[in-house]
This record gives sequence, C-alpha cells and structure tokens, in this order.
Amino acid sequence: MRPLSYSRVADVATAVGTVAADPDSTFLAGGTTEVDLQRVYVSPARRLVDINDLPLHQIEELPGGGVHIGALARMSDVAQALPIRRRFPMISQALLLGASPQLRNMASIGGNLLQRVRCGYFRDVAARCNKREPGTGCSAIHGINRGHAVLGTTEYCIATHPSDLAVALVALDAVVLTQGPDGPHRYAIDEFFLLPGDTPHREHPLAHGELVVAVEVPPNPMASRSLYLKVRDRESYEFALASAAVAVRLDGGTVAEVRLALGGVATVPWRARRAEATLTGAPATVESFAAAAREELAPAVGYGMNDFKIELARRTIVRALRMAIGDPDLRDGTAAGLLSQDDHGS
Amino acid sequence: MSPAIGAALDRVDGRAKVTGAARYSGEIPLPGLAYAVLLGAQVPSGRIIGIDRQAAMTADGVIAVLTHLDLPRVAARPRLFPSLAGLTAHGQSYFPMQDDVVHYAGQPVAIVVADTLERAEHAATLVRVSYAETPALTLLDQGREQAYEPEKIFGGLVPGRNPTRGDPEAALRDAEVTLDLTYRFAVNHQNPLEPSTTTAVWDDVDRLTLYDSTQGPTATQLSVAELLGLPPVNVRVVSHYVGGSFGSKALIWPHVTLAALAARQVGRPVRLALSRDQMFHSCGHREEQEQRIRIGADRNGRLTALTHDKIGLTSHFDDWAETSLESAAITYACPNYAGGYRLVRGNIITPTFTRGPGEATGMFALESAMDELAYAVGVDPLELRLRNHADTDPETGKPWSSKGLRECYQRGAELIGWADRDPTPGVRRDGQWLVGTGMATAAYPVAAPISPQRARARMYGDGSAVVEAGISEFGTGALTAMTQVAADALGLPVTRVRFVGGTTDLPNIAAAVGSAGAGATSAAVHLACVQLRDQLIRHAVADQGSPLHGADPADVVVRDGRMCRRDAPQVGETYAELLDRNHMPDVEAIGTWTPVLPMASDHAMHTFGAQFAEVAVDADLGRIRVRRLVGVFAPGRVLNRKTAHSQLLGGMLWGLSQALLEATRMDPHTGRYANENLADYLVATNADVPDVVVETIEVPDQVVNPLGVKGVGEIGIVGTSAAIANAVYHATGRRIRTLPITLEALL
Repeated sequence: MRPLSYSRVADVATAVGTVAADPDSTFLAGGTTEVDLQRVYVSPARRLVDINDLPLHQIEELPGGGVHIGALARMSDVAQALPIRRRFPMISQALLLGASPQLRNMASIGGNLLQRVRCGYFRDVAARCNKREPGTGCSAIHGINRGHAVLGTTEYCIATHPSDLAVALVALDAVVLTQGPDGPHRYAIDEFFLLPGDTPHREHPLAHGELVVAVEVPPNPMASRSLYLKVRDRESYEFALASAAVAVRLDGGTVAEVRLALGGVATVPWRARRAEATLTGAPATVESFAAAAREELAPAVGYGMNDFKIELARRTIVRALRMAIGDPDLRDGTAAGLLSQDDHGS
Repeated sequence: MSPAIGAALDRVDGRAKVTGAARYSGEIPLPGLAYAVLLGAQVPSGRIIGIDRQAAMTADGVIAVLTHLDLPRVAARPRLFPSLAGLTAHGQSYFPMQDDVVHYAGQPVAIVVADTLERAEHAATLVRVSYAETPALTLLDQGREQAYEPEKIFGGLVPGRNPTRGDPEAALRDAEVTLDLTYRFAVNHQNPLEPSTTTAVWDDVDRLTLYDSTQGPTATQLSVAELLGLPPVNVRVVSHYVGGSFGSKALIWPHVTLAALAARQVGRPVRLALSRDQMFHSCGHREEQEQRIRIGADRNGRLTALTHDKIGLTSHFDDWAETSLESAAITYACPNYAGGYRLVRGNIITPTFTRGPGEATGMFALESAMDELAYAVGVDPLELRLRNHADTDPETGKPWSSKGLRECYQRGAELIGWADRDPTPGVRRDGQWLVGTGMATAAYPVAAPISPQRARARMYGDGSAVVEAGISEFGTGALTAMTQVAADALGLPVTRVRFVGGTTDLPNIAAAVGSAGAGATSAAVHLACVQLRDQLIRHAVADQGSPLHGADPADVVVRDGRMCRRDAPQVGETYAELLDRNHMPDVEAIGTWTPVLPMASDHAMHTFGAQFAEVAVDADLGRIRVRRLVGVFAPGRVLNRKTAHSQLLGGMLWGLSQALLEATRMDPHTGRYANENLADYLVATNADVPDVVVETIEVPDQVVNPLGVKGVGEIGIVGTSAAIANAVYHATGRRIRTLPITLEALL
C-alpha cells in the first residue's frame, strides 16, 4: 500500500479547507470504496482527511413530508430509519439490497453517491481505462463486459454506475447539498451524475475539496408505496444486472403519475423519463408497461456479453411496475416480500 | 461404552478456531520476520527485456528486490505428479524466475522483501518490468485446430484414452435412439478463505523450516527439498491449520520454494502470502473445457453405446486434464464405450485439482445427457437410471467393494417426493416462478495412496493416549474424526485421547486429496492403536500380577480404558493399573497400512450417491433460485456424522455455485482473467442456500481400507450441478448445456 498521510477533522470548514488546499488529498468517510481503491493503486490520493467526526449523521423529517439525510449517516441506519421506511421504502429497499451487512454498517450516504465504478479494467492499473487515465482507451468495449452499461455509454466509457441508493434518489428528484471552498451548493440529483461523454474521468460537478454534506428528498406522497427491484445472479452481495426504482399513482385503471429509474444498466443512475412520459395517462396494463419499457430502451446499445441487459432491463421495468400496482399474479413480488431476506429491523 | 466412530462429536479444534487461538501459516510470530510480495508478469507471453528496480530498492523498509538475475537455479526440473502418490508433488513442470521468458500472465518475475507487508506491497508497484510481447493463446477457441491427443494425463498416471469396450461406433449406428450433445464449462478457481501462505525460516545454512498452508506437509517437504537440492531431513514442514484448500493446496506451487529462496537471500525469516488476485494465477484452476457425449440406447432407454470426449486448455508445460471421464465411464452398464482427452496448449499456468476434480464436470455432462435420454424415450429419469444400473464394474467386470446406489436413489426420491412428479417440462407455476425438479447420480472413485501410511500411538502411565500422524487440518474435521478412530481402537473415551498432526516430524501420511484422506489416515491410526492395545493386552496376560494373567489375548476386550475377559467382564484391570505396577511411563506402537492398488484388487472401488434438486425460475427475468437440495450418499463408514454431513453439505453448495455462479473470465486481449476477486468471481452466499437435506447410507465395505471409509470430500459436489440443470429443464423446458447457467440463457 502506498504511504499515506492521515488527519482527522472536527468541523466542515476545516475539512473543506484542508482538502481544497492539497490537490493530493481526499475525504475519508466509511472507507469502503476509498481504502479498496488505495490498495489497488487506483485512488491517486496521498492524504486522507477523516471526516467521521463531522456532525453530518442526522436523519430528519422535513416539514411537508420530505427527509434530510446527513452525508455521514450509515447505509444501515438510513435503511432502518422510520421516516425512510414509511415515506420512501424504495430508499430503504435499495440500501438493504446493496453490499453486505458489514459494508452497510460502515458505508456513508455521501460516499455511496461518490462510489467509483466496479469495471474490472478501471480497477486494474495494468489495463487501459479512460476513466482512470484519460486518453488511454477503453478495454471494456471489446473485453469482459457482461456487467457493463447499455444506456448512456460512449466509445470512451461503458462502466455501469454501481449505486442502488442513487437510483432511488434519482427517481425521487433528491437534492445533493455540498459545501465547497466557495460556499454551499445545491445540486438537483440529475445534475449530480455526469454522463461519461468524452470525459469519463469527470463523474460529478464537484470542485476539489467540495464536500457532500447532505441529501434532501422532497415530499412525494406516492413514494410511501414505492419499491426497488434488483435483479442479479446471486441473492446477496452483488451489484445489479438490472434494477428499477418505481412509484406509481393510479387513477382508476390509469397511471396518473409515475416515477421510474433504472440501475445496473446505465453509466449513471438512470431516470427513465421516456418511459414515464409514455406511461402517464396510459392504462395500467402489462401492455402499456411493455410499451414504456421498449421506449426507454430504444437508444440502448449492447457490447456483446451485455446484450442481454437490454431485454432484461425491459422486463425489469415491466416487473417493477406490476409489483407497484399489486399485480395479483405475482407470488412474492410485493415490496414487503423483497425485504424478507435482509430486513431484521423494527 | 458406545462407539465413538459415527457419533456427531464436536470439532476438537472448534474452540481454538472460533477464539482465534488456532495459528495458521501466516500467523506464526517470529523475531526478525520480513515480508515477501510476488510481482507477476502483466503479459501472457514474451520476454523480459528490462527490470528497473531502482525506485523499489530505495523505498522505505525494502530489504531486497529479487529477479531471475539474482535467484540461484533450482537443483531439479520439477515434474507434475499428484500428491496422493506420497512423493514430490509439484503443481507444474515449470519453475519461474530462472530465465527471462514469460509463459503466462501472473508468472512471478520479481520478489520484493521488506520489513512490513505494506512496504513490500508498495515497493512491488515501483518495480518497472518491460516486456517484448509475443502472441498468446488463452482461450480454447483460439487453438482448437492445434488440439492433440496426449499419451497420458494427470502427471502420467492416467492414459489419454479410457479403455474402450465393445464397438461403440457400430452400436451407435444400430441404436434405436441416439443423442449427440456438447457441454461447456467455464474456468473455476478454488478460492479457499485463506490464500496460500508460506513462512520460511532457515535454522542453519542448510536447514529449513516451512510453515506452509498445504494439504500434505510431506508433499511440501519433498518437493521443496528437491528444488533446493537439500536432503529431505533438512526440510521440516509445519502445517497445523489450513484455511481451506479445495485443491489449491493439494500440489506444491512455485511460491513455496520462492519463499525459501527469498529467506535465504535476505538472511531472515520471510513470510510470503499470496493475495486474493494472485490466487487466480498461482495455484492452478479447473480448466476451460468442452465435453461431447454421444449416447445410443434402445427404445426402453437401455444404453447400448456411450462415447465421451473432452477437449481442454492446458499449459505449455504439462498434459493436464482433470479426469472427467473416469466415473462417467463406469456409472452405467453399457457394453460399448469409448472416451478420450484432447488438449490445447495455452499461455496459462497448469490447471489442477478443483473440488470434485473431473467428476464435477464429467458427471454434469453424463447426467445431463441421461436426463435428455429419459425425455427422448419417455422414461422417468430415475427409472432410466435403475434400468441401467451397473451391478458390476462395466469396465473390468469386477464386483463392487460396496455400492448402495439403489438405496440412495430410493431414499432421495422419498425425501424430495419424486413419486408424484409430473415429467412434463414448463408447466408448474407458482406466481411468476416456474418450478421443476431434477436428479442425478453422484460417483467418485475411491482412491488410495501408493505408499504405506503410518501413524504412531503412545499410551502414558495414566492410561491416556496421544496418537500422531503428519496430516494437516484444512477444515475437513480430520483431527476430530481421528480422535474417534483412536478412541474406539484403544477402548478409551474420546476425552482420554488426543490426536496430533501438522508436522513432518510425525509418521508419514500422504496428502489428503481425492477424498482419500479419511480412509488412509483412519487406516494407519486404527492399526497403530490396535497394535498398541494388543501389545498392552499381551503384556497383561503375561503379567503374573495381572487378573488377566494366563488369559487368551483373543478373549480380552477393552472398555473405557479397562481390559477384561469377554466372557467374565468382572475379571480385568485398567491400562493405568498395568502400567503403574510395571513402572512403565509409556508404551508406543506404530501402525502401517499398505494400500492395495485398484488394479491389483479383486474388487472395483467407487463411491456413489444420488442428488435431487428443486428449482424455481422467474419466467420473465430468468432468475434461478434453488429451493431444495437433497443428497443421499453411500460413503462406506462415516467416522463423524456431523463433520461428514458438513462436508457433504458444503460439497452440494459448491455444486450449486458451480451450476449457477462460478466463472473466471479470460480476456483474450490482455491474456489475463478479468475478475480476479471475490466481488466478481461469484460463489454462493448464505442467501442463496436453500433447504438442504443430507443423508448417508452406511454400506459395509471390507475392501477399501480397514475401517471401510470411502470418503466424503468430493462426492457431495458431484451431480449437484446436473440435478439443478435437469430441474431447470423440468421447470422451463429449456435445456442449458453450459456452466454456469446464468439468467441470460433463460430470457
């Protein structure tokens, strides 16, 4: 492991000032991504500024039905928090279906949003990777790419955004609050995740030293019956092959309002706006769900091993919508059923 | 006193393991210990044209940076040979860091030694190696036209073609029903929890102690001694606890000797622990392979012809193929049979044993094909297997030493509810889930070492006993089972017996591989303890001071540490009374078991079992969830019900893993595996584990070894993947012939 210097700070201003002043430094929260990347020499940071003492752990209900989540709140704490479970079950489910219990106990919400991709070539310093070393090329496009993205890709990068939580937050129009060297900022979540374009090394619009301090989720009454569906090879401890966060409000047999976002298939947490537009005002039937799914995946591009994800994403959308409307033909497809494996909270 | 053998005795080392008191090879505290880190080649083929180690040499804490320019030449060319033979047991016929040629990615090209592990790891990243690359072959598909038929495989122990029976081509031409099916298998890696670790200490200029994670301490001793040009007496190996192996530590790989060489170069004890990613290119793997099966049968499903051909990717050094054809050739009565291996040489390390080596793939192919035959002729899959049951060994005609397969079928069928099964595929719905059941036969050869197996038993004056043999405990429960064996043979409660293994100072036992460990070790331990007991009984009947004086030794039995006359149990005395009266501090005996080679035996020796699975497949999303597994096995005598069932259960779950998850993906552009970590190389998690039922059927076996132990190490995995694949077919109507079966195949 590379020699590192380490310091621990107690307030946000010092944290931001310390990292902003040193281009070789970065923040250390749960460490579940940063330490891994240090060990494989992918993280360039030589100095870690430990922010775990900052007062950013709170999970608070906001007037009107929203919620404020401190950036240092742990995944496991957020997943179990009553306001989250009551108002935004898709967030709770996305968290509980991610990582392992040990990782969830360590990993912070801010770190979750900033986690780096799981592309094997990104994590292998001997491989070509535009995200790690701009201009070197992308080994994944013609390589082992079963887990890679089919939406939002370019010839520069096809790495999948790994976060489950971010998919739920994108569906809910969350806001990311930061403190930068030049003061506080608020980012609509859509602006917080950058498509790779020809600059895949730029994943967020953050300045060096800018610290995520909180996430705010605005009120959304229909989200109290939302859900997160994650499709993967094994039941636990694996990133999604495809996932969907969905909330639906029906008016009779018609979709009055819908939020839909996809994970596991795109280079950023993917708000399925084409599908939402198709669905809104459409009858809540499998046929219109399938039409919306086709519409959403129309621009998708496969790269060989991951071609299947296009069809899988379509079917995941249909399934998630059927679950959201309580389709009686599904056996264990309710939101409650999804939680049975991991959820031991009260 | 009820017998100890067969009881569900708790692991004698359980407490030490869960409290952390058990020390593994990477945990031995030593003064002056330095840490070695291997640097592997980043290209799969070429020459080293330059090594810049300046930055590494000057990094903090660095003691040495060693390359092929520094290391001495090894004293012998290693030769791949399975460790069961009890001789030198190199994993491949090649030793790295002897010249500038790169044969496979990950091949060691430098060793960095530093005062801490972190500093050694860092300095290793500062070594700049330049290569002149040459074209590489890393996938089977790149070299099919170069395939050849090896004369022998498996270190020269197994012919490249199985014995042919009858005229299979003619029988196929005449068959009423024929099938021609091809099965493909991903590369699998063993991935024990503990990566291979060696700590090397030179006690003198030419005396070496190795703390090594190995399935056989003597295999390490003989192999390293040969490469270093030392007599074996100068190499001592200690291996008390090993954190799993699954074949990765069955043979001796170069890093073990490199650790010793590095320690000698720096004049300090050196610890070399492979990292997780290095475990993917340092100790073999289950090779990429394809198997073709052709079946001829009559309308009733009776086999008339079977051919089984395998092509696999091996290294440039060795004709390695896991022996996938052996059990499949003798599972069913079939008069016409042919089978053989073909190999393609590639830029990879030599493949090796991986859990259920050979049978885990070969029986997947055969048992998948049998299921297809069952549907082709409209016969229930279990009934089809009974119709083709081999009452004697189809290859030699010899009777089985024991079998029990019919009983396994029957019990497994009861447990899974097979009698009510509607064979129609793709019709059972449970909401969005399609549900199906499948079954398969499990078979694994009963192997034995070639060399004599020894153990030593010593009784102390108080009547307690220590029994010793040079095995390592790599999670199987051997220490516990051997305690039970010793207790019964000596007539002592298990609390009065301690079994000790773990060093080459002790009587020699071959590496515990191929499910042979329990049979070989129990034989030596049993014989040593019987020798000791008989010695004590003879002493008692000759002792005028003993109540047993003058008795016929054959009429004396021992219960709970007390020798007595069988016909008059009140006449007798304890071991302790005898020894105390005679002022004897201890008594010792050696037991030696000389195995009978299979070809020299009048019997065929094989272990059998039956596997059943129930799966649910998400009709839309292709997700496969195993709901139930039932495995019933006939492994001869069971030494410890709990540890044996744990091993069988573990085997079945590895079978689930092989069926649905495990695949190491080679990127032919880089010539390296793209998923050398446990986040991307998937194995089953607890959440994937369904309701699993394991039962054993004890069939007496007088032939295989003194206690009739056929072993449970491998049989648990064999057939599980086929039972699952057959259940997937029953659920969906989709026949998947490639492992692992992932959801894209079912969309």
